[in-house]
Amino acid sequence: MSDGTIIRISGPVIYARGLADAGLYDVVKVGSAGLIGEIIKLKGDEATIQIYEDNTLMRVGEPVECLHRPLSVALGPGLIGSIYDGIQRPLPVLKGLSGAFLAPGLAGEPLDTQKKWHFVPSLKVGDAIGPGTVFGTVKETDSIQHRLVFDASVPPSSATYVAPEGDYPIAAPLIKSAEGHVYTSVSYWPVRSARSFKEKQVTREPLVTGLRVIDVLFPIAKGGSAAVPGGFGTGKTMTQHAIAKWCDADIIVYIGCGERGNEMTEVLTEFPTLIDPRTGRSLMERTILIANTSNMPVAAREVSIYTGITIAEYYRDMGYHVAVMADSTSRWAEALRELSGRLEEMPAEEGFPAYLPTRLAEFYERGGMVTTLEGKKGSVTIIGAVSPPGGDFSEPVTQHTKRFIRCFWALDRDLANARHYPAISWNDSYSEYTEDLIPFWDAIDSTWDALRTRTMDILKKERRLADIVRLVGPDALPDEQRLILLTAEMIKNGFLQQSSFDKVDMYCAPPKQTLLLSCILTFHELAENAIKSGTPLPKISALPIREKIVRLKSSLENENVQEGQAVIQEIRAAFSQLGAPAQGAVSA
Amino acid sequence: MRGLEYHGISRADGPIIIAEHMENMGFSELVRVRDRTGEYRLGRVVDISEQAVAVQLFSENTGISIDDSWIEYLEKPLTFRVGDAIVGRIFNGLGEPIDGFPAIMSSDLRDINGRPINPSARIYPRDFIQTGISAIDGMNTLIRGQKLPIFSGNGLPHNRLAAQIVRQAKVLSGETQFAIVFAGMGIKYDVARFFIDSFEKSGVLSRVVMFLSLADSPSIERLVTPRTALTAAEYLAYEKNMHVLVVMTDMTNYCEALREVSAARNEVPSRKGYPGYLYSDLASLYERAGKIEGCEGSITQLPILSMPNDDISHPIPDLTGYITEGQIVLERDLSQRGIYPPIAGLPSLSRLMKDGIGEGMTRDDHRDLAAQLFSAYAYVRSVRDLAAIIGEEELSERDKIFLNFGERFEHEFLAQGEFENRSIEQTLDLGWKMLAILPESELVRIPPALIEKYLPRDPKTDNSSISQTSPAGAPVGEPPTATSTASSAVPAPAPKEQ
Repeated sequence: MSDGTIIRISGPVIYARGLADAGLYDVVKVGSAGLIGEIIKLKGDEATIQIYEDNTLMRVGEPVECLHRPLSVALGPGLIGSIYDGIQRPLPVLKGLSGAFLAPGLAGEPLDTQKKWHFVPSLKVGDAIGPGTVFGTVKETDSIQHRLVFDASVPPSSATYVAPEGDYPIAAPLIKSAEGHVYTSVSYWPVRSARSFKEKQVTREPLVTGLRVIDVLFPIAKGGSAAVPGGFGTGKTMTQHAIAKWCDADIIVYIGCGERGNEMTEVLTEFPTLIDPRTGRSLMERTILIANTSNMPVAAREVSIYTGITIAEYYRDMGYHVAVMADSTSRWAEALRELSGRLEEMPAEEGFPAYLPTRLAEFYERGGMVTTLEGKKGSVTIIGAVSPPGGDFSEPVTQHTKRFIRCFWALDRDLANARHYPAISWNDSYSEYTEDLIPFWDAIDSTWDALRTRTMDILKKERRLADIVRLVGPDALPDEQRLILLTAEMIKNGFLQQSSFDKVDMYCAPPKQTLLLSCILTFHELAENAIKSGTPLPKISALPIREKIVRLKSSLENENVQEGQAVIQEIRAAFSQLGAPAQGAVSA
Repeated sequence: MRGLEYHGISRADGPIIIAEHMENMGFSELVRVRDRTGEYRLGRVVDISEQAVAVQLFSENTGISIDDSWIEYLEKPLTFRVGDAIVGRIFNGLGEPIDGFPAIMSSDLRDINGRPINPSARIYPRDFIQTGISAIDGMNTLIRGQKLPIFSGNGLPHNRLAAQIVRQAKVLSGETQFAIVFAGMGIKYDVARFFIDSFEKSGVLSRVVMFLSLADSPSIERLVTPRTALTAAEYLAYEKNMHVLVVMTDMTNYCEALREVSAARNEVPSRKGYPGYLYSDLASLYERAGKIEGCEGSITQLPILSMPNDDISHPIPDLTGYITEGQIVLERDLSQRGIYPPIAGLPSLSRLMKDGIGEGMTRDDHRDLAAQLFSAYAYVRSVRDLAAIIGEEELSERDKIFLNFGERFEHEFLAQGEFENRSIEQTLDLGWKMLAILPESELVRIPPALIEKYLPRDPKTDNSSISQTSPAGAPVGEPPTATSTASSAVPAPAPKEQ
């Protein structure tokens, strides 16, 4: 162990001497309080260290101890349902140590060391072991089977001891190799390196989120990456919460990076009470929270993103589909900027360091659909919130993020002001996954692509017409075009807008999504015909069925989609009746 | 070391002084500098190396000299002395009493920087606070433990609004002890006086802790003022189990002081010259609001900031909005049309509203009613834009109805008297009266059952009662008597059904 001493303190960045044998990004314990830090620069025997905790009253001359290993996370059974800070300290344990306020210098075991897990071995003595070998399983929750897989750091060998089936704490030796290595159910992985896999795959399977505007208009694939940019109050966090609640991933890693404390509390209080529609279990049983709120130390905020994604990769390697919510990547970028400023580095755009795009690329590229070392299919989907200053998407973080994601859900201030949530703008958003996903959807519902195209078309036309209306008023338009405005209004109110408070509407299963669209588009089609045959528009817009279609999203339950077919019949009936009296009126 | 003074400094540059002597001081330690006249100033260690130490002074730097300065290191961060006796007192930004009464007798010293609340120890805020202001209660509900800033501009009535909230705020489910902490940063004496008078008139002055760093105090002191104030608030809330309402004004002055110090330290600036850590720094203040486990009390923050040039995308309101749980935005246009409070309908937002309203808390129709009002008012805005181009005459019948709705919504719902205290039922019923102007088929955000239950069916009979609350007439609200304003301490009657 080499011991250094502090020679300079400048906020969360300190300089120490006597650490010549330390490695870059090694973990250090700084000062007499033993605060956790990380070496970020070496020059001669002088090291620059960023500290993850508050260092008030730290003095020059205090010792620095290098642990000679990079910052790593503990991976094993017990992660699910936990809430950690940015460097994987369990917050409930810290609460026991220092009360409601976080004191510096605390340490807590990330995984419960007392709890016994039921281990079922899948190896025999003499079997070969190596990266990708499954050596056993543990039932972590009722819906998550925790597969213990050797990671890429394990040298190929053979097992000389395999623990029999039984209940073990996490530190118990389960496997011994011929070289004498002992393996438990816990492994460690450095957070800044991506975990290994066999190969990346092209992803053709959607991550169904239950949010109509996403699933139909701007779908995301499992293993894809998306950005949710939006000014304050446009609903970034609400969108992320909604996806975390209802998307069809097996595991959710929610990273609260530099955001509000109450938002994390909201997840903590709300998720345990919500039931996952797929497993029938509480949502907390598939969720892991990383909470490094805006008032917690800024260096730990920088690393929290990596802690979260490493945990996500760990479950991916068991063959699960994991979704990572990073809220917000802008705060992470700001942490980079702050630390870069302390290091007196030459700034690039708006004070951000020049390596910002590289870091963003590295982060988003850790997502993807892969063949794991074991040969299974697993994925990490990354959904990152971006908080552009002033809601201006031309700022560096949004612009660089756009280069590395393929799905862009732009949140719109005007929609949010009208309380149209999710405020995902249909004009500025895009998804490059749409083409890849068409075959998947067509296999389920052959009309999907057609409905989608038609909807986008109407919205696009409406946008053009809205410009005209703004100049001359709607009365100047012919009925065909005013019908476009009417239908677009129905699409907005009856389809795109979705209430996360309405029990029925909060989650919309794909069959219902297409049904709602069919209803609206059937209405549109029939109305078009009616106008052609001379029915005036006000008569059409006065049809009571129109309001019924708009309300269908919250009156029709996901399970009863079949009943929706009756609504389509009703629409047809309404229009055929409309035709009859209209002609009658003319003759009279 | 305490009691030991070092003689001489090597550099004085704005609020930063550099000294070169070997004392083993700690980072962020409090420093006392004695100048040639024998006067003491406080400062904080901001950077230390083996050779030198940088100290940031909290006060005026005039007269600091290289040779005739003595530095003493006090071996503690800046602290505030807390105790029961702080309630009813007035302090300066550093926490020293300035009301002419003796110092606080207590040995309980608190680091003013506080410590971050463990997110898992927070309790999600849900208690509805009735402010008696329709635009807030109905549309942007304030919740106990929330941080809800007022985004204002110069010349807008933010102070009157804040005073009205302080005067009228009460919780429907009964009440325990409460206190008000007021932090004035860089404000003028008149503003401070206005608040003192207002507290006095409403009979709460004995429950107020004031921290004043007026416009003539050194700007650096403003950096400390909110922290001292929040330390007092945390003590009262989490140890004395009080419900504390913290009014901080003006956050813009705080941020200016931060920029000043940052520039003096030659830091790399980000937007508009503000330091890159402005977000983290503001968060370290705003995040000190909330409720924690095992404790009755709460801290509700009501920061006031004036948007430079009414620009909401300026870094100060922008970053504030990213941290706080919503914002109350005051609009110059409304104010110029004589509407008080000029709370802008659309950009205002309360993020905690969704969980603090509804059946059992306010009323079952609250959420849908608010959503419908927002949506209709948003449409009014687009109709007005259109009317500005093609003229009102050319509008369709539907749009004309909306235009009428917009006018009346602003004059009857948003507007109210400065001393008018509307109950939440009154506010919601008024909202329904507004919606009754619109055709029922436009109310798509409200479930039919609620429309059935609450929508007044005959708008004609309602007109008379609406005009009563119109601000055009004489002020309708009660005068600021003791009964109406001792307010927060009085248990409120249970919400009554109409």
